[in-house]
Amino acid sequence: MHTKTIAQLIEGLRSKEFSSVELTRHYLQRIKERDGTYNSYITVTEEAALAQAEAADQRLAAGDDNPLCGIPIAHKDIFCTTGIRTSCGSKMLDNFIAPYDATIVENYQKAGAVMLGKTNMDEFAMGSSNETSYYGPVKNPWNTNCVPGGSSGGSAAAVAALLAPAATASDTGGSIRQPAALCNLTGLKPTYGRVSRWGMIAFASSLDQAGTLTRTAEDSAIMLNAMASFDAKDSTCVDEPLEDYTAKLGDSLQGLTIGIPEEYFGEGLNPQTAERVQAAIKVYESLGATTKSISLPHTHLAVPAYYVIAPAECSANLSRFDGVRYGHRCDDPKDLADLYKRSRGEGFGDEVKRRILVGTYALSAGYYDAYYNKAQQVRRLIKQDFVDAFNQVDVVLGPTSPSPAFEFGAKSDDPVAMYLEDIYTIATNLAGLPGLSIPCGMVDNKPVGLQLIGNYFAESKLLNVAHQFQLATDFHQQLAPETA
Amino acid sequence: MEWETVIGLEIHVQLSTQSKIFSGASTAFGAAPNSQACAIDLAMPGTLPVANEQAFRFAVMFGLAMNAEIGKRSVFERKNYFYPDLPKGYQTTQLEEPIVGPGVIDIELENGETKSIRLHHAHLEEDAGKSLHEDYQGMSGIDLNRAGTPLIEIVSEPDMRSAEEAVAYLKKIHSIITYLGISDGEMSQGSMRCDANVSVRLKGEEEYGTRCEIKNINSFKFVEKAINVEVERQIDLIEDGGKVVQETRLYDADKNETRSMRSKEVANDYRYFPCPDLLPVILDDDYIAEIKSKLPELPDAKRDRFVSDYGLSSYDATVLTAERATADYFESVAKTSGEPKLAANWVMVDLAAYLNKSEQKLADCPVSAKHLAQLIARIKDGTISGKIAKQVFEAMTNGEGDPDSIIEKRGLKQVSDTGAIEKMVDEVIANNQAQVDNYKNADEKKRPKMLGFFVGQIMKASKGQANPQAVNEILLKKLNEQ
Amino acid sequence: MAVNQSDIEKLAELAKLEISTEAAGATADSISQVLELVDQLQAADTTGVAPMAHPLDAVQRLRADQVTEADQREALQAMAPATEDGLYLVPRVIE
Repeated sequence: MHTKTIAQLIEGLRSKEFSSVELTRHYLQRIKERDGTYNSYITVTEEAALAQAEAADQRLAAGDDNPLCGIPIAHKDIFCTTGIRTSCGSKMLDNFIAPYDATIVENYQKAGAVMLGKTNMDEFAMGSSNETSYYGPVKNPWNTNCVPGGSSGGSAAAVAALLAPAATASDTGGSIRQPAALCNLTGLKPTYGRVSRWGMIAFASSLDQAGTLTRTAEDSAIMLNAMASFDAKDSTCVDEPLEDYTAKLGDSLQGLTIGIPEEYFGEGLNPQTAERVQAAIKVYESLGATTKSISLPHTHLAVPAYYVIAPAECSANLSRFDGVRYGHRCDDPKDLADLYKRSRGEGFGDEVKRRILVGTYALSAGYYDAYYNKAQQVRRLIKQDFVDAFNQVDVVLGPTSPSPAFEFGAKSDDPVAMYLEDIYTIATNLAGLPGLSIPCGMVDNKPVGLQLIGNYFAESKLLNVAHQFQLATDFHQQLAPETA
Repeated sequence: MEWETVIGLEIHVQLSTQSKIFSGASTAFGAAPNSQACAIDLAMPGTLPVANEQAFRFAVMFGLAMNAEIGKRSVFERKNYFYPDLPKGYQTTQLEEPIVGPGVIDIELENGETKSIRLHHAHLEEDAGKSLHEDYQGMSGIDLNRAGTPLIEIVSEPDMRSAEEAVAYLKKIHSIITYLGISDGEMSQGSMRCDANVSVRLKGEEEYGTRCEIKNINSFKFVEKAINVEVERQIDLIEDGGKVVQETRLYDADKNETRSMRSKEVANDYRYFPCPDLLPVILDDDYIAEIKSKLPELPDAKRDRFVSDYGLSSYDATVLTAERATADYFESVAKTSGEPKLAANWVMVDLAAYLNKSEQKLADCPVSAKHLAQLIARIKDGTISGKIAKQVFEAMTNGEGDPDSIIEKRGLKQVSDTGAIEKMVDEVIANNQAQVDNYKNADEKKRPKMLGFFVGQIMKASKGQANPQAVNEILLKKLNEQ
Repeated sequence: MAVNQSDIEKLAELAKLEISTEAAGATADSISQVLELVDQLQAADTTGVAPMAHPLDAVQRLRADQVTEADQREALQAMAPATEDGLYLVPRVIE
């Protein structure tokens, strides 16, 4: 069962090949047996999952036609779940149990999906290797000496190790797409505002966007259908018409123009990764698409702008963790300042503290214009690059990540090297565009990701461009060793 | 040396919306601690703010009333600092692009002059919770019911030159917000709070002196006292060769002094930046025009109308229009009784004295406008005298009912029956022959004065109910007949 | 822009983070590295470019003024570190 895609599982449930309870038990059993190796889950919600599966079976028996009814999925531990701990990968929230659900959690519940558990992640989604989690690092199922990417490393490892058919995730600078690339998955970050942020613990509010990690683009479309909604509780959620994201999956790529930004193939890109991406371009040409060289001239400024804006927003977003109303509180505070400083000092890990300090610096008196304001101006220039590009092309194509998965510890002492992991994914967040990563081959038995970036709200087209590639190739069907 | 005081006020006004500015929790006053603090107000992780339309409507109403520019685009920013009553660790407020821009308002001074005070701007923001300092296991308790209540902060230019002007300005703002119905303006409940920026300079100087911000001024009376005591302190300091330090000072009403708040001195760097969870609010001309068309009559317009419609003096009209409730009450009495001048007198003198003495608000007053109008009508139609009316009024304040039934029940109706009065006059003349002789022998010019004695006796005999006009006529006739 | 240990102490004070004296030096170094990265922004020509705080340049939707939240104090205080009589407790706040 576990090798099936969601599309195949839907068939299996409908044809009564297996029930949701059987399917759920099977995954729970696999998690029990195998997750010791990967550490992809922080919390497994066995009891709740079985209860949901039973309810789903009843719905199915009553003729429920919601595709996700009875399908088990995992949620990144950044999404609040009523009655179940939501840690965000941090000691700070080790004891936090929200009395409310994230909108996307609710949406999946309504669709009848079954929650297997909450997946591991970099602390507060800050990291590209899943090494900053309070709950320990996650191992890449393709090579357990290597990182799975981050921050949604737990979601990626769980899907790649076939411990969940799909998982939700979040992407602030590449946190869905980079782990997808490193774990041979399809990772979708929708347009900013397409999916509600209510109940998703904020890292950088103007960049955060929920999305999915799946094995195929088709699964991704099925997952997005349930995830996307207009939500009045999120002021930044967009009231654009919803569509059936699977509807365009059969469209031909004839006449499609793909933009290849020269800046995405420069210094810093692993030559073998570049080869795999070039080969993918050839596949697209064989499918009838036209490719066109384009320029996104401000690409080199994306990482610098991001590392002002994201820390600035996070420095304020994380002020609420003060040991007063919930979360970690230090023992015997001697006064108010001590309560704040020790609770936060003990509750947050080094990378979170580093970003809070950088953000505090960027916003402080005398530096605001040079850093924060400047970064917001550059952000507009970056967005304009894409606006210009989409006047000429339908999608933009490039590598997701400069190189395949690296070993644990390789970059953890060098924050800047770690930050450059997201050099190709960050601009998409700054501009608010949808982006997707799909498998396009291997380098040293490690997966390589191909990134596709679409215009605003063009998720349907983007998913079909990915789907057509997956119809023509089998990279996405390759499974990590010892998982089948 | 002659000193000049320079004052600017920052007034925080709680808006009377039903729900909070960024959440659907109730803003009602006096609920059990934290029972009105929802997940958003508590800054629970993953929660998000959505702005309340009514708060914008109220702010726009205020801006229009202040003849101010309305910010068609306004932006919420985060003001970052840690305090237990501030759950998010930042206050959501407006800085660069506030909802209300510069404006101007006239204040009336006691000497009858008016003065224009410029508004720098007014912005929307969220209120903080409250720290309770009673002993809870040696700790402070935090109640976040108030957190997220919408406020407008009204920032004046430093245009006031005395505590009296500051009070007049504050009262004017109070009058405007209560007229608009955008706040209850209760200073005692913290619905309206005032900080004063105070500095002094030698008369004729161009440059402002170093200012201090005085916090915690929670009544009109204290505004005056706090400013005066601070001005004194600054002048003494400078005259003794010292220098004013720019700082925040707390007014202590018990000691009538201001003292430095050193805790607030620690290098404040609020790191303002636009709130990424909220988007710019854009208001179009139609929206603003619609609000403008529904604005109630404001104090200045009402005062002018009272002068022209009811023939009141400008002073009386100003007093009567200072509070909307008073103005509405007066106008109802005036219209129902058809006696605006009498109505003005009764409202400003008797009613005001009663409310003052009983420490009541007009809204709780047992004397309705309808009944006061009835009372005035009874004076006018001669049923009772002005003097008896005061007795009736007192009975009305005791809740004894409408004036007619009080007059009836107590038998206070004026005696106009000439037969009865003649009898009383005869008796008084018979019992006071000496005074009658004096009267008769007195000079013509002195007689009217001497008449008072007889009138007094007759009124006493009638328990004040004899019609004074009839008494006078009959008395004169009878005395002349002697 | 490089920051030194005393800058870190000031930032840590603003951000209310305890950072030990031993760690402050290393923190200063790593933050200096990050600042060196972001200093590349200074070379960008942004003359006349409006800052962009939000990717879609969207505008705020306003909510109707309705009370939608009931009292949930019990559930919300279930995980509070210290409460009494419905109040959150903190070390004495000195005015």
